[in-house]
Amino acid sequence: MEASSPLPSLRGVRDLLDSGEGTSVGIVNEALERADALDEALGAFTGMRAEGALEDAAAADARRAAGRTLSPLDGVPVAIKDNMVMEGEPTSCASRILEGFVSPYTSTVVERLRSRGAVIVGRTNLDEFAMGSSTEHSCFRPTSNPWDLDRAPGGSSGGSAVAVASRIVPAALGSDTGGSIRQPASHCGVVGMKPTYGRVSRWGLVAFASSLDQIGVFTRDAGDAALLLEAIAGHDPADSTSLREPVPRFSEELTGDISDLVIGLPREYFLDEGVDPGVLAAVRDGVSVLERAGAKVREVSLPHTRFAVATYYLIATAEASSNLARYDGVRYGRRAASATDLSQMYFLSRSEGFGEEVKRRIMLGTYVLSAGYYDAYYRKAQQVRALVLDDFQKAFDECDVIATPTCPETAFRLGEKTGDPLSMYLGDIYTVSANLAGIPGISVPCGMAGGLPAGLQLLGGPLQEATLLRAADVFQRLTSHHTAVPTAI
Amino acid sequence: MDYEVVIGLEVHTQLRTESKLFSPAPVSYGEEPNHSVHPVCLALPGVLPVLNGQAVELAIRAALATHCEIHPYSVFARKNYFYPDLPKGYQISQYEEPLATGGWIDIELGEGLTKRVRLTRIHMEEDAGKSIHDSEITGGHATHVDLNRAGIPLLEIVSEPDLRSPAEAAAYLRTLRSILRYVDVTDADMEKGHFRCDANISLREPGTSEFGTRTELKNLNSFRFVEEALHAEIDRQGELLDDGVAVQQATMAFDASSQRTRVLRLKEDADDYRYFPDPDLIPLQIDLADIDRVRDELPELPEDRRARFREQYALSDDEAVQLTASRASAEFFEAAVVTQGSAKPIAKWMLRDLAQVLGQLEIGIEDVVLTPDQFAALVGLVEEGRVTPKSARELLPELVERGGDPTALASERGLEAVTDSGVLEGVVDQVIADHPEDVERYRAGEGKVLNFLMGQVMRRTEGKADPGAVRDLLSRRLS
Repeated sequence: MEASSPLPSLRGVRDLLDSGEGTSVGIVNEALERADALDEALGAFTGMRAEGALEDAAAADARRAAGRTLSPLDGVPVAIKDNMVMEGEPTSCASRILEGFVSPYTSTVVERLRSRGAVIVGRTNLDEFAMGSSTEHSCFRPTSNPWDLDRAPGGSSGGSAVAVASRIVPAALGSDTGGSIRQPASHCGVVGMKPTYGRVSRWGLVAFASSLDQIGVFTRDAGDAALLLEAIAGHDPADSTSLREPVPRFSEELTGDISDLVIGLPREYFLDEGVDPGVLAAVRDGVSVLERAGAKVREVSLPHTRFAVATYYLIATAEASSNLARYDGVRYGRRAASATDLSQMYFLSRSEGFGEEVKRRIMLGTYVLSAGYYDAYYRKAQQVRALVLDDFQKAFDECDVIATPTCPETAFRLGEKTGDPLSMYLGDIYTVSANLAGIPGISVPCGMAGGLPAGLQLLGGPLQEATLLRAADVFQRLTSHHTAVPTAI
Repeated sequence: MDYEVVIGLEVHTQLRTESKLFSPAPVSYGEEPNHSVHPVCLALPGVLPVLNGQAVELAIRAALATHCEIHPYSVFARKNYFYPDLPKGYQISQYEEPLATGGWIDIELGEGLTKRVRLTRIHMEEDAGKSIHDSEITGGHATHVDLNRAGIPLLEIVSEPDLRSPAEAAAYLRTLRSILRYVDVTDADMEKGHFRCDANISLREPGTSEFGTRTELKNLNSFRFVEEALHAEIDRQGELLDDGVAVQQATMAFDASSQRTRVLRLKEDADDYRYFPDPDLIPLQIDLADIDRVRDELPELPEDRRARFREQYALSDDEAVQLTASRASAEFFEAAVVTQGSAKPIAKWMLRDLAQVLGQLEIGIEDVVLTPDQFAALVGLVEEGRVTPKSARELLPELVERGGDPTALASERGLEAVTDSGVLEGVVDQVIADHPEDVERYRAGEGKVLNFLMGQVMRRTEGKADPGAVRDLLSRRLS
């Protein structure tokens, strides 16, 4: 099946470009060829941007020749999840309802990447409107896991995770509302990081749940994640929830030393029940690697964790029901051809345009916000959300980084959970709390369980991305899990 | 039976900002459809709202001018409903935690009576777009949507149910509009839909303290409409109650041609708006220092200025009310008084003669080319007897439209008063000589004949003689 050569990591590409051994046009061509060769089996991309990418690559090469390289990302191919808009390009959110939509404006993240010279090569597959944990709920096709094509890559940013894991691109952007970066990163054996809420602008990210959505990065290692994150992070006046905090040069904070860090293990997350023993063993091994590197390890408690999934699905669906109201067939996207009056136009356009999972969540969210239920559900969920944040604040009084499994299991089979959405939702148990609390988290490959990758999740206090990246970087200097190439491609 | 009428009003007024409430799109009027728009107004995928600081400033000003308590922390919420001209499928408004609560305004009920009307709350929200159903424009059965208006900042001002008649409701609206225009919060141009009103109305038996079941009259866009619609709804509810039929809580529409109200929808069919705080916006936090700054910059309010005018210029209640009805009028008056020195004649000339000319020309005082200085000069000429009131009235329309020096204009038109006593005496003597019978009657005690003789003198001087001087001279000659 392999008819193309795997791309190096982000810094690998940069080194090739810096040394003159490679050109951006050459590398972008390789990425496009590899996508061409692999994507029929993988389904990682919803669309390639071949012509535009090669033009951008040629411009990057010209800059380099003129000695005006913009950044370490200049000329490096990057993929974006197909829920971030770019002028002149379609944005599908893997939904029929956005059929034919071409964005007339560009998201802040794409703007920032391009202003630093990165070359956007394609858009990656996702669960429709980022709702799901498997990338099966796409109107195009499910994405396959490169470690086992019969398995899901996780989601919703499964396409980005697979594109990086399959060495088609060295880096990709994803969005994480309840684990949508960290969980597929874990299932595909790559690094996935969700920064602090507000660290990266959401302008141009198609909203799923506004108070939880955050754009983040997929790379092979923490060093690359640092470079990509520092390119996209920072205050944006176009996003009112964007933080006005200076952004450290994350790539310069990777000192290799974590002897100052205390790692907290939440006792509620290390129970032997509800988690795959192989995953738990790999995570425990990972923690001991950090301990051997000098970090102290102690137990902490996150008592409200057991309410996190319920709380998350109340808030996320409520916000989604409102955020997705704009897809009404009036201004853009799909409009049912057979409608003869206004309510039919709404009803048919939305019935035909949205998939099952999205409809389920719109209905749940509408119910949650309804008169008479608001206090019992939405308001109560917001109160529990405050308690979850409080848990983390107390825990971070006692430690610098919290370590947990990213997911209770490894990648599940395609179709395995589509009939049982609740069991899919429960898979988010370790990731959703970070979104509720708005704190940063990173998933790092920490070994294999049953032939499939497992992920170690590190969580930090607000704005502590540098600490997480430093710990993940130390871990990867001492381990080689992230260098394992997926076996099914 | 005579019922007591209970009315509360909700006013939506357009804030006078350059750009929309949550997007950089310009606020325009009469622009081609869908040209004053931005990705945010179109609710494209991925857009986010950013609050317009100028709108907040104007809203604070309005809240201060109506004696409201401004909350340092308020929250924008989403009001969810589907309509083609509502691009996001929700309107951003303020719900549980509005910008301001608990103010009041005093309204004048005539004959020196005032009434204090309490305000429940003031909050900011965005306007929707416009659906165009006109088949001439749409060319058939289609409905078209114009989003130029979508996202324009509105202020919603809700009164307590303190109003007791349609006339009080109209007085409230006039006063509120005047205050908001005074502090430059809104143009409140009724024709452009800058000032729209919904009315809640119920009836109850006099002497009872509980409210009757209310109905809501939607989209009353002129003061006349408000009064007519309220009268119609009072009649409708009164007839129901007389017949022993309960009023149903409902939203009503008023049809001006039939002068009747009809039910749009009953309360049980009302939408569930599923309000919740907008997660794309952070709560609005206002510094006390900012509130103080806006308060310091606030112009003198109409009620304060009214009191000052009565005091400082010895004006009547009525004069003070009329002169302060608009900020432009009050400022014109004061500027003219500074020049002329004497307030009373300026007030009289403004309220009678200038007002008449403005009415004829259908313009407002802000459209007048005549400067307060020039107006004061004209009144001065009359006061000094150099131009007769009649001549001044003749000159006024031209001055209003073109401005200019009244003294020069009067001389150019030959309208200077005949003040040369020799000339005047000659005319008086001639009139006495020409009307011996009338002179006899006057001397016999028929005093009113003097007016006839005066008229004759005025005619022969083409109205340019000072009436006082003529009367004096005639009386002297005939005594």
